[in-house]
Amino acid sequence: MSKQQIGREVVALAAGLLFALGLGISGMTDPKRVLAFLDISGDWNPNLALVMAAGIAVVFPAHRLLLGRKAPLFEGKFHWPTRSDIDRPLLIGAVMFGVGWGIGGFCPGPALVGIAGGQPGVLVFVAAMAVGMLAHRKLMAT
Amino acid sequence: MIESMPLASVIGGALIGLSAVLLLAFNGRIAGIAGIFGGLVEGVAERGPSDEKRWRTTFVVGLLLGGVLLRIVDPRFLPGPAFESMNPVVSMLMLVVAGLLVGFGTRLGSGCTSGHGICGLSRLSTRSLAATMTFMAAAIATTFVIRHVIGVEG
Repeated sequence: MSKQQIGREVVALAAGLLFALGLGISGMTDPKRVLAFLDISGDWNPNLALVMAAGIAVVFPAHRLLLGRKAPLFEGKFHWPTRSDIDRPLLIGAVMFGVGWGIGGFCPGPALVGIAGGQPGVLVFVAAMAVGMLAHRKLMAT
Repeated sequence: MIESMPLASVIGGALIGLSAVLLLAFNGRIAGIAGIFGGLVEGVAERGPSDEKRWRTTFVVGLLLGGVLLRIVDPRFLPGPAFESMNPVVSMLMLVVAGLLVGFGTRLGSGCTSGHGICGLSRLSTRSLAATMTFMAAAIATTFVIRHVIGVEG
């Protein structure tokens, strides 16, 4: 592996680790708290809105700085998302995701971090999530 | 301890943001978990090693290591094997349904809470704003129906 490739892997590992710690510390890994956040007409706990707000507060200025750069340090180019249209798959997918999130209290990150908890519910959820992703790929290929 | 601490949510969110900045500044990648994991799951279906598969695998390993670390520091950060008692409303069958919807939906909708919610909104993307408002509304509506219409209490 080249130095660049090694650097990429180190950054990916560190980023994954930080991301998991952020999810755990913020409370996102606890589905009970996530559902209490989503249940606005119940005993609403709005704290988790701060997770997204704080995340954006960090990423927004950094993004501004990076926009002017030609390439990231360990990669030939930035893999910026290219699409800006609001189409039907985007909205249908978001509805499906939201319904699934509202049922289980898990979005993808917390579920993957939750594997470390080793409890059956999370493992079942992650397996089903992977199957859902593969099903989408299969469907799109036909 | 961390039950109602807004500060913990802010610190956690900032760490997630920092992770996204690292991944973007050094590797040029968007820290969208559904995208990273989805690309990996789809990559496994294809043969042979690749740079794409490698960094995605490394990132997910980092997530798992983070989970292990969280459990060592304080088990309350991660729901342990006592999940059922923490969240008795959700049966295994419902978790399967939820997982399928989240997996399929995040791929069809090109992102999840991190990709659209944090990275996309930070780029002022209207596409991500539309997705985020839609999945938040759908999640809130679903929780409302389950808890207050069907009447299962969590």
